Amino acid sequence: MSASETKDQVAALGEKYKYGFVTEIEMERAPKGLNHDIVRFISAKKNEPEWMLDWRMAAFRRWCEMTEPSWARVRYPKIDYQDAYYYAAPKKAEQYKSLDEIDPKLIETYNKLGIPLSEQKKLAGVAVDAVFDSVSVATTFKEKLNDAGVIFCPISEAIRDYPDLVRKYLGSVVPVTDNFFATLNSAVFSDGTFVYVPKGVRCPMELSTYFRINASQTGQFERTLIVADEGSYVSYLEGCTAPMRDENQLHAAVVELVALENAEIKYSTVQNWYPGDENGRGGIYNFVTKRGDCRGANSKISWTQVETGSAITWKYPSCILRGDNTVGEFYSIAITNHYQQADTGTKMIHLGKNTRSRIISKGISAGKAQNTYRGLVSVHPRANNARNYTQCDSLLIGAKCGAHTVPYIESRNPSARVEHEATTSKIAEDQLFYCLQRGLSPEEAVALIVNGFCKEVLQQLPMEFAVEAQKLVGISLEGSVG
Amino acid sequence: MMLEVKDLHVTVGGKKILKGLTLSMKAGEVHAIMGPNGSGKSTLSYVLAGREGYEVAGGSVTYDGHNLLPMKPEERAAKGVFLAMQYPVEIPGVTTLTFLKTALNAQRRARGESELDAMNVLKFVRQRATALQINEEMLKRALNVGFSGGEKKRLEILQMSLFEPRLAILDETDSGLDIDALKLVAEGVNTLRSPQRGMLVITHYQRLLNYIVPDRVHVLAEGRIVREGGKELALELEEKGYSEVLKVPA
Repeated sequence: MSASETKDQVAALGEKYKYGFVTEIEMERAPKGLNHDIVRFISAKKNEPEWMLDWRMAAFRRWCEMTEPSWARVRYPKIDYQDAYYYAAPKKAEQYKSLDEIDPKLIETYNKLGIPLSEQKKLAGVAVDAVFDSVSVATTFKEKLNDAGVIFCPISEAIRDYPDLVRKYLGSVVPVTDNFFATLNSAVFSDGTFVYVPKGVRCPMELSTYFRINASQTGQFERTLIVADEGSYVSYLEGCTAPMRDENQLHAAVVELVALENAEIKYSTVQNWYPGDENGRGGIYNFVTKRGDCRGANSKISWTQVETGSAITWKYPSCILRGDNTVGEFYSIAITNHYQQADTGTKMIHLGKNTRSRIISKGISAGKAQNTYRGLVSVHPRANNARNYTQCDSLLIGAKCGAHTVPYIESRNPSARVEHEATTSKIAEDQLFYCLQRGLSPEEAVALIVNGFCKEVLQQLPMEFAVEAQKLVGISLEGSVG
Repeated sequence: MMLEVKDLHVTVGGKKILKGLTLSMKAGEVHAIMGPNGSGKSTLSYVLAGREGYEVAGGSVTYDGHNLLPMKPEERAAKGVFLAMQYPVEIPGVTTLTFLKTALNAQRRARGESELDAMNVLKFVRQRATALQINEEMLKRALNVGFSGGEKKRLEILQMSLFEPRLAILDETDSGLDIDALKLVAEGVNTLRSPQRGMLVITHYQRLLNYIVPDRVHVLAEGRIVREGGKELALELEEKGYSEVLKVPA
């Protein structure tokens, strides 16, 4: 059996993207293109108060003066921002009062995705918010969360129902002017999730949001804001899928986390947007700004991400370690296959004393994919005894892919200790042969070896999702052995 | 015959390594393949297991009456071909027990048998591991990572015991073992001798054959079997050395 034959055999097994179906459902859209009227249209659709519209308009004016960044190691044709829809919603969406009223086709879609919206079939202890294109269609477990005082709702609802909380924190971590994609999001975000955990409350269940792009030629701009008040704890997971389409679709989300004194937020992502086909056609452009602010002393924010989808991933979930004794963590698995490109990493900004950060990044590259880790560790003058440990491991499968590590380290405090370790390895032929000789198929062998490589990160995921993530790791690499 | 190799020619990277090797073995027998370095011993083991890069240029291999050569390596494994490797590989992050479970169930699935759950695998592994002095702690470590030479070879024999192969090939299982480890491994192998099983023991030295006594000994030189005999042939080789023995016409 030659190398190329193995490749073909495995490729034949792995062509299908399981989530690539389209739901036929009547959609309501804003006209194509982006201008003041579209921003007003979105705001009006959401029945937003005046302050929110002003906020959006300010962002839009700012965005018009900005240029798209080009420093990342990703290549793509110029995006025509006027050739996309900025709002699409299943018709009648806003009238849903209970789960029974939701279009059965939507329920079916989420069932196909493995998300049980009906509370009878609930995942043990996981509350789910589901965002379909531009609107949030269902939030489960509302009552139980209410009892604990936890607010978990679509952000559009929060803007209407909890304006003080939203105004206080929205844009306080990722300013409206932050970067091209975040500013665009600030102008046109259509929905997303809002979480508030009150003082001293340990959120009684995992919170989870599933994002689904369904409509064609539509950008998705969701906005997530999570606030953990003093001494509280919350674990949140987001999952993302999209249909297979030849076109590229834009996804530009903003996620803001605020941890007050002694609070802890654990944020996990399983990103499986459609990656494009094996020739690099189609797929999601994923330009996401995620940042957490450890605002109060002794707080902790932990990011875990499993990035297997998207044609392009541009994403740097970061921590601002503002309070003294705060902890930031970033655990990442980024898998690129075929023509996928990922430029992803984190920023750890040490502002407070005795702040600690830990970065574990596992990049896996196969096919003709390019995978870049880009990370910044910055220690400010006041951050006495700041500590960082960074470990970046890259695994290459085949000879035509690339792995790149771009660490930036800035230390302006002599007591800081920053450690960086990096390795690059290949799946060795003898490892594969050993597995095959013991009866594993080539795809089982790759999945096993890669899961071993990613183990430290997979262990960080909530139990309920770890098994799914392990399978996803295997599926994303089908067609990669050679 | 369980295994029949006829006039086998194999090239590796364009270089001819096996040049007309012929060999046959019945179920229940243990055959030793001895030969100097570079004679093609490891090539024979890899080509029987189906390793990529070992191109068959001529000849045939029949296993239980079937043509072995077109089968994929994992297919051969499921059909009972097992190769205990000279250099078992390390797989970081994958615990030994996870690997054993995955392999065991992959083979069972390929044979249309039901898969074993984690509890039953653990029970089965524990039962077979004790005799080879493999403890729980070793099963929890990543596969072969940081294992001593003796631990790696014991784990190979444990796998042979778990997979219960019909054809077991042991490639230089004695290399890198001290005398105690060698005895332990040999005992493990001897308990697996069975009328249903054939074993091909590949070794450079006669020492291993004091513990695993073969029914037949084949001497491999320059890609061909040049002499065959009973267990006493191994002793003759030990006494006279390869160069002296190979001068004698087969």
